[in-house]
Amino acid sequence: MPFIPHTENDIKEMLATIGVDHIDALFDEIPSELRCGELDAIPPGMPEMEVSRLMQMRARADGQPLCFIGAGAYDHHIPAAVWELTTRGEFYTAYTPYQAEASQGTLQLLYEYQSMMTALTGMDVSNASLYDGASALAEAVLMAVRGNRKSKSKRILLPRNLHPTYRRVVHTIVRNQQIELVEVGYDRVTGSIDHAELERYSGEDFAALVIPQPNFFGILEAVDELTNWAHDNGMLAIAVVNPMAMAILRPAGEWGDLGADICCGEGQPLGAPVSSGGPYFGFLCSTDKLVRQMPGRIIGKTVDLDGKIGYALTLQAREQHIRRSKATSNICTNQGLMVTAATIHMTLMGGEGLQRVAAASHANTGKLTQALTSLPGVETVFKGAVFHEQVLRLPIEVTKALRALAAHNVLGGFDLSDDYPELGDAVLVCATELRNEDDIENYRGKLERVIQSQVQTPCQLKPDW
Amino acid sequence: MSNTPTDRRYAKSHEWLKDEGDGNFTIGITDHAQGLLGDLVFVDLPEVGTVVEAGNDCAVVESVKAASDVYSPVTGEVIAVNEALDGAPETINDDAFGNGWMFKVKVADAVESDSLLDAAGYDALIAEEE
Amino acid sequence: MIYEHSRVGRRAMAQAPSEKVEMAGIPDAMLRASQPPLPEVSEMQAVRHFTRLSQKNFSIDTQFYPLGSCTMKYNPRACNTLASLPGMLSRHPLAPDTHSQGFMACLYELQDILKIVTGMHAVSLTPAAGAQGEFAGVAMIRAYHDARGDKERSEILVPDAAHGTNPASAVMCGYKAREIPTGSDGDIDIEALKSALGPQTAGIMLTNPSTVGVFERRIKEIAELVHAAGGLLYYDGANLNAILGKVRPGDMGFDVIHMNLHKTFSTPHGGGGPGAGPVGVSKRLEPYLPIPMVDFDGNDYRWLTEQDRPDSIGRLSAFAGNAGVLIRAYIYARLLGREGMHRVSEYSTLNANYLLKRLMEAGFDAAYPERRASHEFILTLKKQAKELGVNTMDFAKRLLDYGVHAPTTYFPLLVPECLLVEPTETEAKEDLDRFVEIMQTIKQEAESQPEMVKQAPHTMPVRRLDDVRAARELDLAWKPGA
Repeated sequence: MPFIPHTENDIKEMLATIGVDHIDALFDEIPSELRCGELDAIPPGMPEMEVSRLMQMRARADGQPLCFIGAGAYDHHIPAAVWELTTRGEFYTAYTPYQAEASQGTLQLLYEYQSMMTALTGMDVSNASLYDGASALAEAVLMAVRGNRKSKSKRILLPRNLHPTYRRVVHTIVRNQQIELVEVGYDRVTGSIDHAELERYSGEDFAALVIPQPNFFGILEAVDELTNWAHDNGMLAIAVVNPMAMAILRPAGEWGDLGADICCGEGQPLGAPVSSGGPYFGFLCSTDKLVRQMPGRIIGKTVDLDGKIGYALTLQAREQHIRRSKATSNICTNQGLMVTAATIHMTLMGGEGLQRVAAASHANTGKLTQALTSLPGVETVFKGAVFHEQVLRLPIEVTKALRALAAHNVLGGFDLSDDYPELGDAVLVCATELRNEDDIENYRGKLERVIQSQVQTPCQLKPDW
Repeated sequence: MSNTPTDRRYAKSHEWLKDEGDGNFTIGITDHAQGLLGDLVFVDLPEVGTVVEAGNDCAVVESVKAASDVYSPVTGEVIAVNEALDGAPETINDDAFGNGWMFKVKVADAVESDSLLDAAGYDALIAEEE
Repeated sequence: MIYEHSRVGRRAMAQAPSEKVEMAGIPDAMLRASQPPLPEVSEMQAVRHFTRLSQKNFSIDTQFYPLGSCTMKYNPRACNTLASLPGMLSRHPLAPDTHSQGFMACLYELQDILKIVTGMHAVSLTPAAGAQGEFAGVAMIRAYHDARGDKERSEILVPDAAHGTNPASAVMCGYKAREIPTGSDGDIDIEALKSALGPQTAGIMLTNPSTVGVFERRIKEIAELVHAAGGLLYYDGANLNAILGKVRPGDMGFDVIHMNLHKTFSTPHGGGGPGAGPVGVSKRLEPYLPIPMVDFDGNDYRWLTEQDRPDSIGRLSAFAGNAGVLIRAYIYARLLGREGMHRVSEYSTLNANYLLKRLMEAGFDAAYPERRASHEFILTLKKQAKELGVNTMDFAKRLLDYGVHAPTTYFPLLVPECLLVEPTETEAKEDLDRFVEIMQTIKQEAESQPEMVKQAPHTMPVRRLDDVRAARELDLAWKPGA
């Protein structure tokens, strides 16, 4: 029997000890009318080699197209050692570190993770991670509403140039707690938050302003000005950042005069493969002042009975297993394994390595932009400075263009026409350090042909003879 | 044996309430309550100026393994909080009835004392719980 | 600490681009003044450091791990290997359907398998963990009542023995959580339930078998009572391992359920995540399922989104949840097949009842001795705590010295000095026998040298930690220069 070690003899002896004749007798407390029959509609079990064949076929079916999509998931190089170590059974098959003495590996690693995240973001404290970037933002919003004691409104300013799915996720998670999300538009020329529109809310009661860096369009925001504006108006500043950007841009803890109050985001660029969207991890950092409003696990350094340094879950009274209905969140676990990978990833890359990756990705997106805008009718949509992502407008229908490119095994970017129809035929492109000049030329060449084939309309003029 | 002070009254939820004689009342948790919670690691106090209602939770005391709401035994406005607890929550463990006081409330109307116990009554309550 | 190996200028540079290019087009004022203070170590130093850290953990791969309510069973290696095929790892979440048919086929079939095995009408895989599944489930209950204009319902009932996430999830959906007591036989107190039910009842959250390790025998009656009051029934799938292929939540009368794939479908716990908490619903709740889901028209798979499901409670993550975990669960389900699913509950229940019987024979007290154990059971060490002054925590810590991870301690809260023991189906009889011997030994130690047991563990990398200091003198991150 797969994964079950019992021999015939074991079963006989065990049943005799219990004092029943058949295993089925052990289910005698389940009312018989509720018992289900055979699960015939589920296929029979397969040996590993057959499942292996099936999965190889499935993986092959999706091909390995040349990908220029970013939009919240970035294909970076992951050092070989990262997942070699992460999938060690002692990390991979351990549970949440409830028995601290038997979990010092995970606990110390999480403390190191928290240390590295505060180093990267410039914030005071970090939790041990949440599910993903979008749900981390939702938790940051809830945290701001709890933590901003001056504000009574439960209202949040959320810019429209924040990742559209993040906005939807925040809505899903907070809407039943009477929290109001007020959207702020973006400047159609620069692509950044519309300061004039923001100014209209000056003096009103909001718990927080959400500041993306970079925003969904890849555009860099005037984070100092925005952070100060939030603080001047009694709001907390919630930074939503790409951690790779934090390696090279001024960290959230240094924004404006006082720094952001909360900094969250998607941890995927730090060692997680893009793998269809998950598992990734959300990170959440804050100032010391807000630490008790943090959701999720937090690890603290302490000592044991002999005074030896050790690590333990701390501030647990915030959490659901103690505080039940009054907990800061219902979250139990973190994304432990992804954080293990991220911690090893950050260690191997170091500050210099992450900066090189950030710079190379940024430069490649610059080259891609240059190559594509050399085509007639292709242009950048916004004037603002970007970080490794760019919005381009195409001279043809963007949805059709991307479909045609995909048919040639090039994923040409994220189609913005559903979420931002006002931008016309706009596409968000990204070239990480993994895309080289041949890849960029490949994309340029194919887009050129797609544009030519689609703008070629039947000749209207009669031949001139 | 009892060291329950007789100069104040007690709520069944283990808070004490001391009449300061000027319309103000001082509130804390009992020595018995701190003993049940164990070493306190954090105290969350109401803000000065908040209006608290009798029977409603308005503060939290936290130990490593538990967090417990503190209910105000009276209705009124918070006029002072014991800020010293901020860095030294263990003061409540050491001196629950004295330096471990939590906040002071200015009471407008007469205190509804029916549900409050005197020291003997509180001692009897603890004895019963054990 | 990794930072102790750090030296300025030391690098593991094989992994990064070979040169640092200029950051073009970004004003200097926006750039970081200095490199982020991350460790600067060689590749070998990093490998040694993290290998040694891993060796300080207990894990399923190295120890018996009978942690009640957590289903710490063997995680088949094939699930990891096959979920890590290059085509699986490199698929971008926003890749078009034309480049996603293989991946979507796996998810669609997993949806189907979970539907069949739970008896629910439809399944969404997107919740990232059990707690997020709970949130989604309660949010659907709310959406259902709201859509009917039934807006006065304000309470979710939860048994007093429930996991802390249940009341926390109810509150996140804007409900009040109201506790229902558990009777002395471990079943819910029906009279208390009757008096709690009313027009304010939005629903009830139940785990069955319950968190006290027994099957709720009057579930049909409970379902009728709750439905009659206009409420819905939520099934917390924490203990689904106990009944897989024997009885289905849908047949018990549940309207909405979540499953913990990291428990029942053997995806790794990873030191605390990632998990996956798919939700299943009865027909009337189908419109509210979280998106995205996968649909199949006989030829092609496609995503169901806002356009298809305008009444959905919405999205819970940026993409499609913990896809890699879902793929592992799918592989596990295909390896087991229909016959393997029955075996999961059969052998986990056999192991639990055998272990309970042996421990009772060895002089330990069961919390519910008259009841059949499910896949787990509760011991109460009240007697030992009172007579010897050695409590459950001491037993738990001493178990670590014998190379066994402690069972769940002090949960559920209503049983004093309790140990919740879940051996799972993948443990062999001799490992269970060894556990009994160890427990007997500790009991003898508790009698002859209680101080030694109270000081345990003695052989772990650290002794008992000062939790009070950890909370009072918060040190949550290493800081340069500290």
